[in-house]
Amino acid sequence: MSDLEKTSTRTGLGKSIEEFGDVSRSFYTDLRVVLMFIGDITRISGHLIRHPQKMRWNDVFYYMNLCGSQALPIVAMICLLMGLIMGFQGAVLLRTYGAELYIVDLVGFTILKEMGPLMVAMISTGRAGSAFAAEIGTMKINEEISALATMGIEPSRMLVIPKLLAMIVVIPLLTVFGAVCGILGGFLVGSGLMGIPAAAYYNRTVQVLTLSAFNIGIIKSLVFAVIISLVGCFRGFQASADAQGVGRATTSSVVVSIFLIVVADALMAVLCYVLGY
Amino acid sequence: MEKVIKVQDLTIGYGTLTVLDKVNFHVEKSEIFGILGGSGCGKSTLLKHLTGLYLPFEGDVQIFGQSIINCEDDERRTLMRKFGVTYQGGALFGSMTVAENIALPLQEFTDKSAEEIKQIIKEKLAMVDLEGCGPMMPSELSGGMRKRAGLARAMALNPSLLFFDEPSAGLDPITSAELDRLIKRLRDDLGTTIVIVTHELDSVFSVTDRVIMLDKNIKGIAADGSAQNLRDRSENSWVREFLSRAGMKFTN
Ligand SMILES: Nc1ncnc2c1ncn2[C@@H]1O[C@H](COP(=O)(O)OP(=O)(O)O)[C@@H](O)[C@H]1O
Ligand SMILES: [Mg+2]
Repeated sequence: MSDLEKTSTRTGLGKSIEEFGDVSRSFYTDLRVVLMFIGDITRISGHLIRHPQKMRWNDVFYYMNLCGSQALPIVAMICLLMGLIMGFQGAVLLRTYGAELYIVDLVGFTILKEMGPLMVAMISTGRAGSAFAAEIGTMKINEEISALATMGIEPSRMLVIPKLLAMIVVIPLLTVFGAVCGILGGFLVGSGLMGIPAAAYYNRTVQVLTLSAFNIGIIKSLVFAVIISLVGCFRGFQASADAQGVGRATTSSVVVSIFLIVVADALMAVLCYVLGY
Repeated sequence: MEKVIKVQDLTIGYGTLTVLDKVNFHVEKSEIFGILGGSGCGKSTLLKHLTGLYLPFEGDVQIFGQSIINCEDDERRTLMRKFGVTYQGGALFGSMTVAENIALPLQEFTDKSAEEIKQIIKEKLAMVDLEGCGPMMPSELSGGMRKRAGLARAMALNPSLLFFDEPSAGLDPITSAELDRLIKRLRDDLGTTIVIVTHELDSVFSVTDRVIMLDKNIKGIAADGSAQNLRDRSENSWVREFLSRAGMKFTN
């Protein structure tokens, strides 16, 4: 028997993710654990789609409020400022070419396809992803995860699926909301600083922003929502049972999540280019 | 006597560390069974394997005649619903009230109406002397109350087998004695089989019928029998010492 097979494995949730978190092992083993976790979530999701009454809807609404409604002010603020910043940057350049109106295209496209989804994802990583990791990590230290498992309840059904579903719903909505705020920021610069009439700005916006740009933003935000929730939860389950365990899990969830978001964003940019969007 | 738990050649550990090597024992129906031993000898590890949280390197654990090791995940979860486990700190779900904690297994696994569930919660809370604490959050409870609430939750589905991890750890002697009485009452009134991990000698002598003593050095069971018997007549001097007052300072 190899060492790996001899390892005492945890039953239930992704079998052994906890132990593997404590003892760092080969990349292959880590990858296996991640894949097992994803497989677990997929299986349970499939089961819940067939038995929706088993879903903990109250939890879903709780997280929709926590990760969605409560994030509105910060998303509004940051996306508005992003629009303003991009507007200012573009204004200087475009004015030298006398192409002021293109500020609409610049801000609109960038916010809708790129900065909006990315900013909302970053904010949500800091707010939601880290909270998921801390919550699950603390539960693990208090043996609440063990208690769930020995009750015969799959911890991932209780703890991961409601968060994942809530995020899949609210992150795209936040992204749309953020895009509107960003475009408003661009408008403030365009009309206030560059003297573009409000009607012209509006008409140009409606004219240039295509459905495909909108779709790309939504698809990106969906991918980011999945990354943030799964990384946050996974790191929480991996938290080691010492005093710093939860802190480390939280930090790591943020770092890993941001890294994966940027990588996914790059991959999707390449994909969009290849597909000609 | 009917055997509720049967452990055969169980070898457990973490990674390359073997904590217990080929241990064999059984627990009989309506027995209060103690798992004793010094710090780090593998009591908690053993409990996690008995309750199906971990899979062993080798060997088998049968509960109610059914293996909790060699089975599908679904079967294991079904088996897990037939026993209750209370954890050291109570392990109450911090985001739910005490009543919601107790209601959880009932909502998940029974078709009981909200009214019936309310009734059961009341009954279980009365059993552990926590009447009226249903609406409280776990953070508002003291350590002893949390443990008792955890016990109420573990009893929600009326299991005939209960596991306790260090029920008296961190409690004052009076609260701890109350918990011991509660454990005894459960067995006497309901015939519940009870497995306790403990190092509290008072509890050991007042509640357990039979104990096993785990020894780190032999990675196995050093002694098996009633606590009084082992203290007075064990051939193993370490066991006698451990169970007499003088041994207290060697325990965790
Ligand atoms: N998660 C873990 N990973 C690796 N080793 C562990 C883990 N938990 C416990 N151990 C080790 O296993 C042994 C038994 O621990 P434990 O069962 O907690 O002892 P006890 O409960 O009797 O004090 C100890 O040597 C401990 O260091
Ligand atoms: Mg222990």
